[in-house]
Amino acid sequence: MSALIEARGLSRTFSVSRGLFARRATLNAVAGVDLDVHKGEVLGIVGESGCGKSTLARMILGLLPPSSGTVRLSGRDIRVMPRRALARRMQPVFQDPYSSLNPRRRVASIVALPLAVQGSHSAEERRARAIAALDKVGLPARYADNFPSQLSGGQRQRVAIARALVTEPEIVVCDEPTSALDVSVQSQILNLLIDLKENLGLTYVFISHNLAVVEHLATRVAVMYLGRIVELGATAELFRNPRHPYTQALLASVLTPEPGLGIPEALLGTASPDPLNVPAGCPFHPRCPQAVEMCRGAVPKPVDTAAGFAACHLVTDAASRAA
Amino acid sequence: MASAAASAAVLEVEDLSVTIRTPAGPLHAVRGVSFDVRRGETVCLVGESGCGKSMTSLAIMSLLPETATRRARRLAFAGADLAGATGAEINALRGNRMAMIFQEPMTALNPAWTIGDQLVEVHRRHKRSGRAEARERAVDLLGKVGIASPVERLGQYPHQLSGGLRQRVMIAMALMCGPDLIIADEPTTALDVTIQAQILRLLAGLQRELGIALLLITHDLGIVARIADRVHVMYAGAIVERATAAELFARPCHPYTRGLLSCLPAPGVTEAGTRLGTIPGVVPSLIGGIEGCAFRSRCEHARAGCAQAVPVRRASATHHYVCVEEVAEMAALGEATA
Repeated sequence: MSALIEARGLSRTFSVSRGLFARRATLNAVAGVDLDVHKGEVLGIVGESGCGKSTLARMILGLLPPSSGTVRLSGRDIRVMPRRALARRMQPVFQDPYSSLNPRRRVASIVALPLAVQGSHSAEERRARAIAALDKVGLPARYADNFPSQLSGGQRQRVAIARALVTEPEIVVCDEPTSALDVSVQSQILNLLIDLKENLGLTYVFISHNLAVVEHLATRVAVMYLGRIVELGATAELFRNPRHPYTQALLASVLTPEPGLGIPEALLGTASPDPLNVPAGCPFHPRCPQAVEMCRGAVPKPVDTAAGFAACHLVTDAASRAA
Repeated sequence: MASAAASAAVLEVEDLSVTIRTPAGPLHAVRGVSFDVRRGETVCLVGESGCGKSMTSLAIMSLLPETATRRARRLAFAGADLAGATGAEINALRGNRMAMIFQEPMTALNPAWTIGDQLVEVHRRHKRSGRAEARERAVDLLGKVGIASPVERLGQYPHQLSGGLRQRVMIAMALMCGPDLIIADEPTTALDVTIQAQILRLLAGLQRELGIALLLITHDLGIVARIADRVHVMYAGAIVERATAAELFARPCHPYTRGLLSCLPAPGVTEAGTRLGTIPGVVPSLIGGIEGCAFRSRCEHARAGCAQAVPVRRASATHHYVCVEEVAEMAALGEATA
């Protein structure tokens, strides 16, 4: 089966200033990512700040050209696709509904903007479609002429989702869509995303640092660390049996609302990941409680696991273990 | 009985209100909040944005913005009145016997001073200590909060440290003068989960070891479950439920608490990909007055009585909630409708 989105060898570097007289440094935000997104799935991407998950999302969306590597949508390289054709099929929803909506435009005009860019409809039809999209996300038509400042955070995020849906895309890339919201609002937005997926047959790329949310929503999960996917697998299997030591530490650090369990010890030490200074060998080895000599030498290659892969020297092949 | 509890309480708050002047009228950010924090225990204030939990902590620390007015029947630290204290008296306590840890250590630390100078200054100022003595304590505490090579770190500026390290520095600074009370307002919200677990573990360990009273303010029920001895759930400026952590999660009583817990995806409990619980509607405006239960406009159990003064119900000696209905009746209603 060929994937809807195929990313191959995707890398992105940024040149960052380190001060007035210092030489500019190279930041490897994403380093050689291969990733498939299949039709109808919810692909969760998790990882800590600076791991490159948002940069990866922006490259998949075609908003940021990769330094190397390709993204194909239904087999076509997105670099040769017209910008508008790409936007018709794939739309983003960003984290902060306060900064992602133009404060000087009314709701209907914000939602209709992707259609205006496409230039394919009359003004009346754009407005009608915008109101229909608002209806899909549970916002009554009376909000159409409000400004974003008149809406709550949850309502703003609904507007952002309506804007993503107005071109009837197949894929919605959600980058931390509920991280700025309170839990009671977060659950409303997650329910909305679940309903929309079922009703419209959408495919999601869902980026979040909230592992409980990803476990709830995603069908497959990719775990990123310093620009690389270190583990990928079917959600239930990955959460039940994490193979990469980083995934293990990440899952162990989640504080579920269960009293009496105390605060877990993830055994990571105080080193923190610095994308400007990615360690040689396995990028995780300075924090890894299981690191051995070999981890300092070579970058580990992905090894097949029960439901995906893990890039760790200590993980043995599922097939070779069975044999 | 009251005297025994009072003697153990490091912080006593009784009927605390905070009102903020706004162009639209007075905003009642905190409405009659009462609780205490005893020596060696961790008390959590939990609630969503705008519930008044941060305003409560700022009111205790006398750090409210100028537009805010504080009123309290009693506000006492180690038995001494804070409400009537002078600025000088407050300054002598703050940073000394009462310390605060904020959400964003980058804005709480002075970017133009080295870590060492900031740590040393707080000790010299409050303890009238010499530079060498204060510096020794700083090195000691940086080691204690898990910072490797503390001597080198003393010469560094905040921007040279990662977020996790900065928060460790904040904790070391809070500990410099050996406080009786630490108020931590969302201390890990800006941090990644692995760092969050480390910082909370550190904080909980130090709190136990040093017998500090810790008031932790958070929106995260996961943190509450793992760290709190006692919990106060806040909604629209008031405490709607108080209990031990074990009681609150085993048997949440107030409809708001129950709603909040139903919104969280719980691994192994909520089936993946299914709809989560929600709390319909929005928080009422706190401008002007609120009569009766502030949650009634969003509550599935609401009825006429909710508009009047709401009684405090007792689920146990340590578990109280403010609701017109007894939880047993609500449970029965829930089963009847299910």
